Amino acid sequence: MKNTKRILNIISIIALIGLLFIFEQTFDSYKMRIVNLCGIYVILGLSLNLINGFTGLFSLGHAGFMAVGAYTAGLLTLSPAMKQMNFFMKPIVPFLAEVEWSFLPALIMAGLVTALIGFLIGAPALKLRDDYLAIATLGFGEIIRVVFTNTQSLTNGALGLKGLPTHTNIWWTWGIAFITILFMVFLIKGSYGKAFKAIREDEIAAEAMGISLFKHKVMAFTMGAFLAGVGGALLGNLLGTIDPNMFRFTLTFNILLIVVLGGIGSITGTVISAVVVTVAMEYLRVLDEAINLGFIRIEGIPGMRMVVFSLLLMIVILFYQNGLMGSNEFTWDWFLEKKFLKKSGKKEVKQ
Amino acid sequence: MLEIKNLNVHYGGIHALRGIHIDIPENKIITLIGANGAGKSTTLRSIMGLTKSSEGSIQYQGESLLKYKTKDIVEKGIVLVPEGRRIFPNLTVEENLILGAYSRKDKAGIAKDMERVYELFPRLKERSWQKAGTMSGGEQQMLAVGRGLMSKPKLLMMDEPSLGLAPLLVKEIFSIIKEIHRQGVTILLIEQNAKASLEIADYGYVLETGSIVLEGKGKDLLTNEEVKKAYLGEAK
Repeated sequence: MKNTKRILNIISIIALIGLLFIFEQTFDSYKMRIVNLCGIYVILGLSLNLINGFTGLFSLGHAGFMAVGAYTAGLLTLSPAMKQMNFFMKPIVPFLAEVEWSFLPALIMAGLVTALIGFLIGAPALKLRDDYLAIATLGFGEIIRVVFTNTQSLTNGALGLKGLPTHTNIWWTWGIAFITILFMVFLIKGSYGKAFKAIREDEIAAEAMGISLFKHKVMAFTMGAFLAGVGGALLGNLLGTIDPNMFRFTLTFNILLIVVLGGIGSITGTVISAVVVTVAMEYLRVLDEAINLGFIRIEGIPGMRMVVFSLLLMIVILFYQNGLMGSNEFTWDWFLEKKFLKKSGKKEVKQ
Repeated sequence: MLEIKNLNVHYGGIHALRGIHIDIPENKIITLIGANGAGKSTTLRSIMGLTKSSEGSIQYQGESLLKYKTKDIVEKGIVLVPEGRRIFPNLTVEENLILGAYSRKDKAGIAKDMERVYELFPRLKERSWQKAGTMSGGEQQMLAVGRGLMSKPKLLMMDEPSLGLAPLLVKEIFSIIKEIHRQGVTILLIEQNAKASLEIADYGYVLETGSIVLEGKGKDLLTNEEVKKAYLGEAK
């Protein structure tokens, strides 16, 4: 059984790589961008699910964390010449003027800086609970955005950064998404994951079992921030240009939508819904445009697809309270049982 | 084993415990009875380090517990089965039990204790894959006790284990407490069900608005006129 699973794992990894390879060969740049965004949203969805879904901390500061990650990686990868062109209002702070890192260290640094910010925000804010925590983290997310708008010599303020090297490709996004999935699976299976879930279920009981609430909450929050920073960094270097207004609350809302639709506390659910939501967001752009039915022409309403998504979210919350997957996970055991139970059953009858 | 001396606890402006003395010798069942708000749960929370005390000492096996965090106190072999069960409803029975052993590292010992708990509560074994929140109140209480045992406690403290249970189940819970005691665990039992707890207790304390007003052997307290009047509902 263990061998079968190992083989299945290897087959699915090869299939994933093959699929990405085919995408790279056949898709145009528009479709490639969607594939990239899917990968990034998988990372972001998982990071928010770690905080909100597994540890039960209602945090809404994700856009702020992404901003920190995107700016860190952006400033580190931007070439000195481009920096001079970007910072024409005020010169850039001297210690960043000459740096130009390659992508991997910049990504790691983006994660670390965001984790540090996450820790600094989390340590005081995690004393709060439920909606109070949501308000506090939402506030911090907005504060980060406003600060970035005003630190002209560090972030170039409202002008944003342009001409970022577009290092991000599907191998980076899906590679890191894959690592994130593996990390989450092992984390949740392990004793930390159990402690996180115990805290989500009942803080008092968890504490009585000897689980340190503060340590585990801050840990989950910091790890979530790290992943959000990496996701933001990938996004920045995918789009090539970032500005503080990208990281408004709606961005957090999109990620929250993914987590809720997929199932709070399900890794599989988040991965599926990240892909579905990202693809749907693009293909539902039709709704924003004018629709010509031949006999009647409906004028396009910008933002119509967001209305559709909000409706979708309401329907999910009303009828599928636990999202697509609830807190269940896809496992090979489940897959083999579902698919092959009938076959093995027939065999037994024959014998 | 555990000795509480002159313990005072303040919650904001409320003086919840006013200098209580409690002695828990090894291998005994000690009970603490009293009405709502007398300070019973506060006493347990103070022992676990969940509530800070303002004065007094808690000595456990010769050292003060006050300087330790909850996590360390659990590792030292004291565990609390909290009031109202407080199991983890969306986790399976087995996951609940594994979390009970969170402070332990010895895998073999944990597996052995899991068997022991399943032996004590066969119903939990039948339902090991069920989500804990879907079980009945009595089963959840058994799970809460089982989860407490998973930390391999020397001192098991129970906060109102009979709360909200049918009379038949209350009987079952109390016989299980006796069984756990027979296996060598010291028990501190907090109850509103004074009769049932005094019957199995070696020694009892009566707590009233933060002070101990009466103490004595379980059987003596059962026949004490004041206890009868206030807690056993046998007015003359």
